[in-house]
Amino acid sequence: MSVIRVEELTFRYNGIDVISDITFAVEQGAYLGLVGPNGSGKSTLIKNILGILPAARGRIELFGEPLGVFRRWKKIGYLPQRLGALNAHFPGTVEEIVQMGLARRDPVDLKRTLSKMAIGHLAKRLIGELSYGEQQRAMLARALIRRPELLIFDEPTTALDPETRDVFYALTRTLNREEGTTIILITHDSGIIGQYAQYLLYLDKKVIFSGTFKDFCSSRDMTGIFGLDSQHIICHQHDANGSRA
Amino acid sequence: MEMIEILQYSFVQRALLAGVLIAAVSALLGLFLVLRRFSLIGDGLAHTTFGSVAVVLLVGVSPLYVTVAAVPLVMLSSLAIYKLTSSRKINADAAIGIVSSLGIAAGVVLASLSGGFNVDLFSYLFGNILTVNRAELLVSLLVFIVVLAVVIHFYDDLFAVTFDQELAQSMGVKTRRINVMLFLLTAVAAVLAMKVAGIMLVSALLILPALTALQLSLSFRRTMIAAVGFAVGAVLCGILFAFALNLPAGAMIVLFNIGFLSAVFVVKKLSHWRR
Repeated sequence: MSVIRVEELTFRYNGIDVISDITFAVEQGAYLGLVGPNGSGKSTLIKNILGILPAARGRIELFGEPLGVFRRWKKIGYLPQRLGALNAHFPGTVEEIVQMGLARRDPVDLKRTLSKMAIGHLAKRLIGELSYGEQQRAMLARALIRRPELLIFDEPTTALDPETRDVFYALTRTLNREEGTTIILITHDSGIIGQYAQYLLYLDKKVIFSGTFKDFCSSRDMTGIFGLDSQHIICHQHDANGSRA
Repeated sequence: MEMIEILQYSFVQRALLAGVLIAAVSALLGLFLVLRRFSLIGDGLAHTTFGSVAVVLLVGVSPLYVTVAAVPLVMLSSLAIYKLTSSRKINADAAIGIVSSLGIAAGVVLASLSGGFNVDLFSYLFGNILTVNRAELLVSLLVFIVVLAVVIHFYDDLFAVTFDQELAQSMGVKTRRINVMLFLLTAVAAVLAMKVAGIMLVSALLILPALTALQLSLSFRRTMIAAVGFAVGAVLCGILFAFALNLPAGAMIVLFNIGFLSAVFVVKKLSHWRR
């Protein structure tokens, strides 16, 4: 079953096409890497899918329902890119942020989720007082407590130290492989994509490539974009990672 | 004059009750506005209220009901600010500036065209809570109930939109509905606050209690309660001291609000310094 289905999607801003004729689907349980150069429309595409930006043309389906009538938002967890722009004076504690929008607030569930993210001791602290890494973990806890079937991360590890970054990606892999959570990851780091994603979508205002890693590794278009050496390294990392799984 | 004696006057009782209700409404809405960087919307809407009062007086509404009659026009102005802001082509401060200057200009021109009104239009600049009439008190009570109900019912949505609008949208929150509601309620609060503090000081009632509460670094719920506490305290102290010392109530209320903010600042600095 397709978790996301996008057909001929176009988004315009000030009369200019930011993305055009985007068509792709994400199947349940997939781990998709969404890559492309700066300004290629990756975040815009995600914001269209989530209904944050209105598409000029095209069709979007979430869990088999058209976006316009989709109401089961609890199935989706989203970690936006611009967490760094968070208002440092916002008077919200970690537990208030994590439980934001939950119809039923279970203290045991909260404690378990915060512990999983290693931020149980920060429950009563204001979100603005935390380090970027701690804020990121709090936001991930917010996404996870809703037990989403689809998690979307937009450049999630910008400004994180390598150790925290590795812990974060290992967690996404666990969620994907052990709990069957569908994951979409936007990143500039092709090494990360090679290690974790099963599918790739390369965007540059249009879909340049969409497929499995096997297709990616044999794609001449991608060789032209990444260069032969980089393409080999990414494919090698993917193979090595795949064999460990 | 003894304080007990002051409290026996019915106009003082009305002023205190209306003041408390309006201060609580302004503080509740003010927290959302300050955090969303719409602090100056109160100023803009107060200026629009000036123009709206002129329109209402020009069409012959009794001066007793001017405040209430001005509400729909100020609500329209509030929606205009929202529309201009959400177009993403005009920043919030610029949008507020446009609507604000239109309100003042329209008020002055209408006052000039009418050759003057029976009531002094410029008396609205400084407000007078001690002249609150029964109709205005009832409207204040109604607005307080509505705002409290809205904040309780839509608390999660308001919290999410204030934290991050795009994140709220991704959670399925109807952000446009929440924003329109907040702007409309702010318009009503601005008109009522004009009666308390005057057009010149409306934004102080919206901003200062929220700013003071934010200095305490509390959770969102507690910040909201603290903001209402500071607002109510400032209104009670302001009205009673103004009456006892024969000073303008609106200005006294604002001065008490600034006094609370300064006191919290000083205490916070001292406690940091001691650590």
